[in-house]
Amino acid sequence: MSVRRPVSPTLVAGAVLVGAVVAVALASLLWVPRDPAHVSVPDRFLGPGQDGYLLGSDELGRDELSLLMAGARNTLLVGVVTVVIAIAAGVPAGGLAALRRGPVEEATMRASDVLLAFPALLLALLFAAVFRPGTVTAMAAIGIAFVPVFARLVRGAGLQVMEQDYVTAARTYGSGSLWLLRRHLLPNVAPVVIVQSAVAFAIAILAEAALSYLGLGTPPPTPSWGRMLSESQSYLAQAPLLALWPGLCIALTVLGFNLLGDGLRDLLDPRLVERVGPP
Amino acid sequence: MSEALRVRGLTVSVGGLEVVRGVSFGLERGGRTGLIGESGSGKTLTALAIMGLLADGLTARGEVRLGEEDLMRLPERRLCRLRGDRLAMVFQEPMTALNPVMRIGDQVAEPFRVHRGLSRREAHARGLELLERVRIQDAQSKLGAYPHQLSGGQRQRVMIAIAMACSPEVLLADEPTTALDVTVQAQVLDLLSRLVDEERCTLLLITHDLPVVSQLCDRVLVMYGGRIVEAGPAGEVFGRPLHPYTGGLIETIPPLDEELPARRFRAIPGVVPGAGEFPAGCPFRNRCARADERCVEMPPLTGDGHQAACWHPL
Amino acid sequence: MTVSLIARAGILAASLAVASVLVFGVVNVLPGDPAVVILGTDATPATLHTLREQLGLDHPGWERYLEWVAGMLHGDFGRSVISKTPVAPDLLEKLTVSGPLAVISMLVAVAVSLPLGLLAGVHHRRLSGALVGAISLGGIAIPAFWFGLLLVTVFAVRLGWLPAGGFTPWDEDPLLALRSLTLPAAALGLIQAAVLTRYVRAAIVGVQREDFIRTARAKGLTRWQALRRHGFRNAAIPVVTVLGVQLTSLLVGAIVIENVFVLPGLGRLLLQAIGNRDLVTVQDLVMLLTAAVLVVNFLVDVSYRLIDPRIRESR
Repeated sequence: MSVRRPVSPTLVAGAVLVGAVVAVALASLLWVPRDPAHVSVPDRFLGPGQDGYLLGSDELGRDELSLLMAGARNTLLVGVVTVVIAIAAGVPAGGLAALRRGPVEEATMRASDVLLAFPALLLALLFAAVFRPGTVTAMAAIGIAFVPVFARLVRGAGLQVMEQDYVTAARTYGSGSLWLLRRHLLPNVAPVVIVQSAVAFAIAILAEAALSYLGLGTPPPTPSWGRMLSESQSYLAQAPLLALWPGLCIALTVLGFNLLGDGLRDLLDPRLVERVGPP
Repeated sequence: MSEALRVRGLTVSVGGLEVVRGVSFGLERGGRTGLIGESGSGKTLTALAIMGLLADGLTARGEVRLGEEDLMRLPERRLCRLRGDRLAMVFQEPMTALNPVMRIGDQVAEPFRVHRGLSRREAHARGLELLERVRIQDAQSKLGAYPHQLSGGQRQRVMIAIAMACSPEVLLADEPTTALDVTVQAQVLDLLSRLVDEERCTLLLITHDLPVVSQLCDRVLVMYGGRIVEAGPAGEVFGRPLHPYTGGLIETIPPLDEELPARRFRAIPGVVPGAGEFPAGCPFRNRCARADERCVEMPPLTGDGHQAACWHPL
Repeated sequence: MTVSLIARAGILAASLAVASVLVFGVVNVLPGDPAVVILGTDATPATLHTLREQLGLDHPGWERYLEWVAGMLHGDFGRSVISKTPVAPDLLEKLTVSGPLAVISMLVAVAVSLPLGLLAGVHHRRLSGALVGAISLGGIAIPAFWFGLLLVTVFAVRLGWLPAGGFTPWDEDPLLALRSLTLPAAALGLIQAAVLTRYVRAAIVGVQREDFIRTARAKGLTRWQALRRHGFRNAAIPVVTVLGVQLTSLLVGAIVIENVFVLPGLGRLLLQAIGNRDLVTVQDLVMLLTAAVLVVNFLVDVSYRLIDPRIRESR
């Protein structure tokens, strides 16, 4: 009996958080309070507000706020690249699987089910062992880990679309597979993919943060929130706040993307969308 | 007390909106009353309000007397003791109304355990008797079955069995056959009728299906827009309807004896409005050919024996 | 039912096989020459050659793969590239740390999320329900390792109640061992609890709306009785599904947590192996963890066949 308003507070909250992070990341390209790489040992461990260091300084006297702002760039980059990889490979795969039923499709889906069992972090650790650990390796691994998620999702939604009468009609007058894919499948599958992207973004950020914390993610000198957390661990007694800020940034960004995903799901189509993809 | 159930001024609201408005009627002990209405008329909500099972967000006020007690004023604990024992309900969708992960035997035995304090074994034995009474084939093996293993008709029989388990004084049956195949409908209605007779139960049959009511019931209540618009003995209401809505409903039933080419579909003009969209005063006013300025004021239910709420009855 | 069980077990075996091929492929085939990966690009041809012989890299790939799989099935996990000692005993030893950590964390997660989720679901229209909903949102966003760091700051550094890291073996001082696991298990378990609470709450809210709950109340059961006798089992279905996913997440999270708290478990071993380029150990550990994930998925699948009779028949 109640009508759900499409633009929910969840969506707004998510959009605001994500928007803030994006704004900060972009702004940091133009301006930061201090050069994040600038080391100044006499100024180490300053508290927030001291000497113009708005959030204090770290163990090498670098400005915490500037580091956080620059770190936002890295976070967003990882998220974007990972999701792009996952979509670029996963969506066509899922779409083709929905279009062309048969033994090949079954086998691919089974194989991708196994890949689904590989949590993103585990795959990233494996890649880090075999290739050189770094941002590129991490992004590739996490992206690949998400390919089966998107493939499964697109296939599922695609199958639903294929059941529709208008598709059967299109086929009767000779529309080819590629045309069907472009015209009918993809537009209908887009909402599902968008929602899943938001979720995948959130998970990717968490995975990269963990990797960087372990020293297998973004290497110095590029600022990275995960690595900042790892560096802060040695100084928990002197400067506990250093362990607070980067983690808070990660949490708020991840929260933002999760809320955005939830809000978009309610907005776009509660019936068609089914979220796959655990943390 | 010759009345098993007496409802006075029952009003159900959701948010600020009234969806059942000032409904009043009485059920004669042992009688069968049909409550007719289309979807959106508020008939299901009336039944749920009587049972005290309205969903969250819906509130009811008014008076509902079962024997001496006013159900609207009883604490929940007391209501729980009455439900299933003296007052029972059969729901519309047998597929979803039964617990899919619990065996039929356990579900049928439950009323006995709750209200009669029987042991598991005794309750199951009584349950088996019940299933046989509702003519479930091979009842013994069905005890261990799950709802999805039964047909729609069988599931509804089970629902009826559950409702009748403790020989309630009043049975509310909400569209008991609507979800069933036509061939099965007759059987289930027959069963219902038989059981109600055997247990001397008072029946309120809620449905949109007029022929069913004319077959089974001795009294009829017609609901529209949350109000009772006509009430009376079945023969009279169908034979000589007073309210234009009732008249319209009866006209929509194509008679069998008219010649095919000459047969025309007759419909009531307009559509049933949504919940908040009924006009002030008589809810049928903007679909009625006989309406005028007087109808802006809600007519009371007048007459004796055969009543109608209309300023311009047929 | 037994037929489908056997079928599921077959799928598990096949998945394990495919996973092993993938892991082996990534380690041995993708990078080209594993010896170069291990020793680095400026290693001399002589050392590379020696290593290749040691690792048996002159044998064809599929042969090495089969040897590896056969070895694992016999409990032989090869020898560490660095220490040259067998991997298997090391794995067992580390398991005595990781195993209890995972189990305690899961217990914490379940013990907190079930009652909280139930409370939030039953009172979902009241403030307490909304509050729990808000807290559980945090669990999805907060990295477990950060939470661990915060716990260390408060309980170890500031208050000194619990150790900030390290582990005393069980046979030396079981009580101290338990204390060493407290903060790590709390970090992992509470974050998982926050996520799980969300699902438990949703399941309870969902079940309360079902028609059969209304039927149960029409029989005369109170709200609570109806929920307990009819609702719980139905609500368990989605919860068990999520439990499986969360267990996977927990296993992976444990890897990071062990490094936060310097616990000598499988996670820490993996990190060290990665740092040392000990490909043999890495390969074994990743395979083990993947196998654990696949087995958990299998167990979840089996258990909700047990709960839901409808599924037992359809497949």
